[in-house]
Amino acid sequence: MDGQIALLLGQDGIVNGAVYALMALALVLVFSVTRVIFIPQGEFVAFGALTMAALQLGRAPGTLWLLLALSAVTLLVEAVRHQRGVAVDWKSSAVWAVLLPALAALLVLVVRPSSMYAQAGTTLLLITPLGPLLYRLAYRPLAHATVLTLLIVSVALHGVLVGLGLYFFGAEGSRTTPFSELRLDLGGIPVSGQSLVVLGVTSALVIALFLFFERTIVGKALRATAMNRIGARLMGIPTELSGDLSFALAALVGAVSGLLIAPLTTVYYDTGFLIGLKGFVAAIIGGLTSYPLALAGALIVGLLESFSSFWASAFKEVIVFTLIIPVLWWRSLHSHHVEDEE
Amino acid sequence: MTKRQLTLCAVVLLFGAWGFLPEFTVTMLNYIGLYALVAVGLVMLTGVAGMTSFGQAAFVGLGAYATAWFCTVPAASALLGMAPDSTALPWIGLVLGFILSAAVAWILGSVTLRLSGHYLPLGTIAWGLSLYFLFGNLEFLGGHTGMGGVPPLTLGSLTLRSVRELGLVTWSALLLILWALHNLLDSREGRAIRSLKTGRVMAESMGVDTARYRIKVFVLAALLASLSGWLYAHLQRFVNPTPFNLNVGIEYLFMAVVGGAGNLWGALLGAALITLMKQYLQDVLPSLLGSSGNFEVIVFGLLMLLVLQRFSDGLWPSLARMVNRYLRSAPVASAKTLHALSQRQLPETGSVVLSASDVSRRFGGLLANNKVSLDVRAGEIHALIGPNGAGKSTFFNLISGVDDPTSGTVQLLGRDMKGQSSRVFASAGLCRTFQHVRLLGPRSVLDNVALGAHLRARSGWLAAMLRLDRGEEAALMQEAQRQIERCGLGPQMNDTAASLALGQQRIVEIARALAGQPSVLLLDEPAAGLPHMEKVALGQLLTQLRGEGMAILVVEHDMEFVMNIADRITVLEFGQVIAHGTAAQVQVDPKVVAAYLGGVDET
Repeated sequence: MDGQIALLLGQDGIVNGAVYALMALALVLVFSVTRVIFIPQGEFVAFGALTMAALQLGRAPGTLWLLLALSAVTLLVEAVRHQRGVAVDWKSSAVWAVLLPALAALLVLVVRPSSMYAQAGTTLLLITPLGPLLYRLAYRPLAHATVLTLLIVSVALHGVLVGLGLYFFGAEGSRTTPFSELRLDLGGIPVSGQSLVVLGVTSALVIALFLFFERTIVGKALRATAMNRIGARLMGIPTELSGDLSFALAALVGAVSGLLIAPLTTVYYDTGFLIGLKGFVAAIIGGLTSYPLALAGALIVGLLESFSSFWASAFKEVIVFTLIIPVLWWRSLHSHHVEDEE
Repeated sequence: MTKRQLTLCAVVLLFGAWGFLPEFTVTMLNYIGLYALVAVGLVMLTGVAGMTSFGQAAFVGLGAYATAWFCTVPAASALLGMAPDSTALPWIGLVLGFILSAAVAWILGSVTLRLSGHYLPLGTIAWGLSLYFLFGNLEFLGGHTGMGGVPPLTLGSLTLRSVRELGLVTWSALLLILWALHNLLDSREGRAIRSLKTGRVMAESMGVDTARYRIKVFVLAALLASLSGWLYAHLQRFVNPTPFNLNVGIEYLFMAVVGGAGNLWGALLGAALITLMKQYLQDVLPSLLGSSGNFEVIVFGLLMLLVLQRFSDGLWPSLARMVNRYLRSAPVASAKTLHALSQRQLPETGSVVLSASDVSRRFGGLLANNKVSLDVRAGEIHALIGPNGAGKSTFFNLISGVDDPTSGTVQLLGRDMKGQSSRVFASAGLCRTFQHVRLLGPRSVLDNVALGAHLRARSGWLAAMLRLDRGEEAALMQEAQRQIERCGLGPQMNDTAASLALGQQRIVEIARALAGQPSVLLLDEPAAGLPHMEKVALGQLLTQLRGEGMAILVVEHDMEFVMNIADRITVLEFGQVIAHGTAAQVQVDPKVVAAYLGGVDET
């Protein structure tokens, strides 16, 4: 290997690492607020990428029908809960299950956006409400279950979503037009504009999330819920709000990642799973709780992947996923008293 | 008819009809048996021990590939000096699969056992994926095309070529394993395994090495999966990576959860349901959806969500309730000879048994205990009192190995206990109760108390599986019964612990601690929530135990109770000892009065 190749691999690793970092952030966010280990995070990536591809081909993506169906079921469930005397937050239900889906349907079926940025916006609008709707249907009834049960729910949901992905988008993969056709030459290394877009958007999103958690009252409420669920509820922070919001953010981050990678690689209906899992390896480096460590972990995973694809490309996945074992071992050195599960 | 008779009838019926069933039914039954072998391991792991794995398919793969490699690669058999067509090859292959699976399970288990429970399943997802990619990329294992030419199994002069023949082996193995696991769960070791799910801190304080048990259960589940893979390889006579990928691993978990993850028979029910549904859905769905693909996973996923939300214990318990209405309960067989439990020699009355000197514990900026010194002597009741938040429960955790002091030393029977786990404290003779009751709610009072005597018996897993432990088990039950009656809970002995009032649950905790025959008994607020008469009875019990030479340290808020029974009292406030002495001395101490009633401004 010479320096040129190393720099190319490094660039590749950093771009991939940026996407894994977004995954890891979403996973840490959802886990710390709701205790859900959100295996289907990667499905949002595939859904985002394939929805964009469908819009570019002028088709109505299957995710629209999924969104409308989930909205209808959610409204039905909320109505039943209302009947049974549970206090239902109709305002947020109206936003997630009526307003946003209606807007998305209008855009897809009537407006049919033709500019790339409008299509990207439509994609985000289609995918983001899926988060809170899935949360309400799959996880909320089990809010008091153990982390383990919630994890099994996640895996079941992953199966459902991958199956639906295959039904909506078929087995063939898609690639979308890049946001930037720019080709730069930085000291002899070719850099594609799209990689710069990935890095730029990722950094912007990380900073935006940071500001959201540090500066806004809603962000602080989410952090409070993550630290102490019961305490936060006693202080008047509605648990439902935090669940809705963290899942919406996760879906948004997933869809953005999908938009970012779709021009770089061919995305299939099941591509998201592996991307999500690599985000997990990164998140586990941070113990599923630390954002900075998860970011660092994502970079390690991205670089490890790109360098192993050079040296032992057939074993790329084996190497990346086996990394989890030394990482878990390293983490286990830090704890030595037994604790009960929640 | 009893449950046992019904089960035997079903088994006889199955084997009797085996020769006459149509080929397709036999094939389906054989697959159900193979899947149930894996699922029953997951039931042990998920429903009983509170862990889970999505990577069982990878262990099935290890079992299948190990035997396929050993039987078809001449160089492999030559390593052991065996002929390449020897009929013993598959059996070596089985052992090889067991060794590999156990080794991988042990490594995965050891790196995750100290972390919270969700790291193991996450680890298994990663491991399940990497093994699948590994199988597909290793040239000597045939890559993605796989390996053919695996020989059939032979038993003596019998060659098992057809599904009908091999299915008998599968089902015999499955039924034997169900019997052995049923026995295991109904034993001392079974009680320890059940405590892994919700009561690890408690179980450690009873002397159960929870980490070791967790690994053992995980290894057991891996071995069962490996066995299934071995049978599969010799049935198909061909292996490739596809049946061992992560999605199949997830399907195995579906079987365990849908059937009823807390129940061994639930594994069989789940395996049957999912296998038959899959067969049906693969016919129906493609014509319904207009294209072909792995669509049954949508239905399975939705089914799984429904089961977890509506029948969190799976379908087996509902089925069992229906059938149980028509069954008699069988009398419990009791062993003829009782084995003696190990007995502890109590220290001499008046000698110092437990001593803490200058013990401090800091949580970040909070100094919860500040140089607390205290000793407890054999044959005395020592009370630790203080206002809420004084640091009493923190101190309890420090002197029982649940937590480590930041500085200072704890000595138990003259031995420095620095850095020791609560397990070591238990085996040295310290038993405790918890302020927040830690019982296994769904288990009987008798079961809960018997766990306290865990360290006084020795039978291991194999003995329990083969029912060689009955004498010891009967002795354990007798001891538990004795302690329960002594504490006045005889009538509630067979009720579930969760059905008792909180005060009574505290008494169960005391009975459990006593079953360990402690030299030192630590009681954290034993009288809280007890009605007056039962408080009096508790006082009498403690006085009696003191008379027998036990050292007792009790944290309590009920002053009347404390003043009546305590020989010495230590008062804690803001983590510091503010007074020490007899009841009469402490009652008139101005610092104690100020702590409890609020100080008077002295200026």
